[in-house]
Amino acid sequence: MRGIVSAAGYVPYRRLQRSEIRDVFGSGGGKGTRSVASYDEDTTTMGTAAARLALRSVPTASVDAIWFATTAPAYLDKTNATAIHAAARLDNNAVALDLGGAIRSGVGALRIALDGSGSCLVVCADSRTGLPTSPDESAGGDAAAALLVGDEGDGSLIAEFIGAGAATDEFLDRWRTPGNDRSRSWEERFGETKYVPLGIGAWQAALKSAGIVPEDVDRVVVAGMHTRAVKALVKKLGARDGAIADDLTSSVGNPGAAQAGLLLTSALEAATPGEVIALVVLADGADVLLFRATDKISGFTPTRSIKDQIATASDLPYPKFLTWRSMVTIEPPRRPEPARVSASAAGRSEDWKFGFVGSRDRSTGALHLPPSRVSMTGSVDDMEPAPMADIDATIVTFTIDRLAYSPSPPIVFAVVDFDGGGRFPVELTDVDAADVKIGDRLEMTFRRLSSADGIHNYFWKARPKRSAGTITNSNDGVA
Amino acid sequence: MGSHGIKDRVAIVGMGCTSFGERFDTGLDDLLVDASNQAFASAGTNKDAVDAYWFGTAQSGMSGITLARPLQLNQKPVTRVENFCATGSEALRQAAYAVASGAYDIAMAVGAEKVKDSGYAGLNAFPVPNDGTARTLTAAAMFSMVAPAYASKYGIDEDQLRQVLARIAWKNHYNGARNPRAQFRREMSIEAICASPRVAGPLGILDCAGVADGAAAAIVVRAEDAHRFCEKPLYIKALSFVAGNGSGLIDPDYDYTHFPEVEATARDAYAQAGITDPRKELAMAEVHDCFTPTELVLMEDLGFAQRGTAWQDILDGTFDLQGDLPVNPDGGLKSFGHPVGASGLRMVFEAWLQLRGEAPEDRHIANDRTLALTHNLGGYPGEMVSFVSILGTELS
Repeated sequence: MRGIVSAAGYVPYRRLQRSEIRDVFGSGGGKGTRSVASYDEDTTTMGTAAARLALRSVPTASVDAIWFATTAPAYLDKTNATAIHAAARLDNNAVALDLGGAIRSGVGALRIALDGSGSCLVVCADSRTGLPTSPDESAGGDAAAALLVGDEGDGSLIAEFIGAGAATDEFLDRWRTPGNDRSRSWEERFGETKYVPLGIGAWQAALKSAGIVPEDVDRVVVAGMHTRAVKALVKKLGARDGAIADDLTSSVGNPGAAQAGLLLTSALEAATPGEVIALVVLADGADVLLFRATDKISGFTPTRSIKDQIATASDLPYPKFLTWRSMVTIEPPRRPEPARVSASAAGRSEDWKFGFVGSRDRSTGALHLPPSRVSMTGSVDDMEPAPMADIDATIVTFTIDRLAYSPSPPIVFAVVDFDGGGRFPVELTDVDAADVKIGDRLEMTFRRLSSADGIHNYFWKARPKRSAGTITNSNDGVA
Repeated sequence: MGSHGIKDRVAIVGMGCTSFGERFDTGLDDLLVDASNQAFASAGTNKDAVDAYWFGTAQSGMSGITLARPLQLNQKPVTRVENFCATGSEALRQAAYAVASGAYDIAMAVGAEKVKDSGYAGLNAFPVPNDGTARTLTAAAMFSMVAPAYASKYGIDEDQLRQVLARIAWKNHYNGARNPRAQFRREMSIEAICASPRVAGPLGILDCAGVADGAAAAIVVRAEDAHRFCEKPLYIKALSFVAGNGSGLIDPDYDYTHFPEVEATARDAYAQAGITDPRKELAMAEVHDCFTPTELVLMEDLGFAQRGTAWQDILDGTFDLQGDLPVNPDGGLKSFGHPVGASGLRMVFEAWLQLRGEAPEDRHIANDRTLALTHNLGGYPGEMVSFVSILGTELS
């Protein structure tokens, strides 16, 4: 029996109030909020954030493979999963693959992992938008999820995979040609007539394979870009009252290929032992996956729950959203743009650049960031690797740089001391310049600093550690 | 082992310095020819008589040929040197040591920078191909962290500190207004300085040095030969240089209120020159006021004020043109401008004018001391190079 060993979602810090769209353009928008990836986030960094959270809950787990699904890959030709693999510091002999392009690749990656063997980290991430005022702009969301799939033999499953159903059909409902950042869709009614029967077929097949009836299902999460079809299907599943879980569209929005993983993770975070969870996904057909929470679920503590991440958010002004999504180009700082990263230099410093691993003097404990062969306290070639990505830090002093180049100026920069020793001057992100204070607590986060010549420069920044309840609003100095 | 210096063994016998500023109509070659010609004339010599050249430029050219070609030096050893913003000082140090070693009779240091052809405000470094993980902050941002750290350590409130920093900029503008070669020749009010647009942290645009094109040059000979070239030579009492190891950036004990590299060069230079009380013994000092908080901290690192007290001395006018120890009487980087490779030699040029009584009347320093200090740094708090020279008109 295979199943889920660990799971985590990642929801970026920023939210767009959908009503702001109508305030600006007189049309579009809607109620509630959608999540917004920061200017320095992409599907690879969001996927990394989710992967790191999922792995932190099971520190002793090994990972044989990582499968990364997105409709918005940072690179084509080049595998994006390798950056997540490097940032999560997985074994060299693990497989890292991208499953790209279609929304369905999100649930697809999970299916393949569940049908496969070994320990497989499934990472789904997506960043969705459309033209200003479009339904996709307001309904979309940015998020990631990571689920570690493994075997029962390890005695570590928090949910067993108990059955599945699928249906596939070729029809045109939603499409996008490569290189185009805007999706198109056919008249809604047509898709609805296709999706609802496909969903019912997959649902019935899944229940049959698990030997259960609809009333046995305690929690149903339904994902799909076709909102109308999702609503229609939900009514026809015959699920118990109250079994249909919140689909997070009023807070996070619909994060495309990440929605299935995010909703399943959200269900697992709320599950109790013995609970049966159904994941239903409508995307160019239908997928239904059934799970039963094990006794282990009660001991499963998410490093940072989705609920907590939804509660700790900050509104992003709509004009900022438009500039971050390259819908509006504003005057850049009059400074030279960063040069492209050297592939060979980056290759040599993979542990530092992607893993944030410094070096520590074995005799004096002096910490070097970046790593150094010679210690400031004297020893030579007597250093050990010092992984620092999971260590929190405190702001010693900071400054706001209004002149330096940034894709979203100004740069907020701090000198930080790590818990247990070590110092590093680092750029902050997910902060409002006016709120930063000496003594603030920070955590490290893997981000895309800039891009040049088609090369994305990934490295680490620090961001405030936040707990549920700290919802802030910002209008100025968003970094 | 030891740093022994070359006290009184080498003399500066001629100097030149172009005007600094946005010299859009003047190329690097012209700047080099102008500064060099002034120096040759001032020493009563010529390019063929000079045996060896050291040419300092941070990034306006590569190799000695960048100087040899415009000056048409004929089969001369010309060495290009670079040490961040202390490049000009490094050129002088190498030329002086070459003469002291006996390898050459006459050597020349030339420093120049053509900054304003970049099309951007501020200084911009050539990127060396790298892994993309290095900081990309401006120098202003790195130095801006000194201000709050200093204020908090010594219990000064934000407004008081703002007044102290403004007073430094005010003084350097006052001095620069009396310097025909300076980039900015206008006095600025404290109010205008405090109200200037923010660049980084608490620093406004008027807390930052001017970015300028320019060149400066010095000719050095053995001390015993000096009077063959000029009546009033300037003897080199000390030259000290340190390249930091960057540990300040990662050492949790570093608090951004002092620059250890500067303290080390000051100690070394004072030992070489035999100075025990710099505030009383020096006639003047030129220091690296790239940003106003830098000058504040330098007053303490160089021993002109006790720790935590320089801010009070600054408000009291101690370092004003007619103060107890005039600092940056030529306007400093703030007002004279900062052509990177030339700045170290420009500082020496002010000592050359002041100690020899050649400074214009309206910025003439009225004390009878015979020693001057120049301090030149490059890099940032936590990771810098530092240079200190002591120069004097009397052999001891």
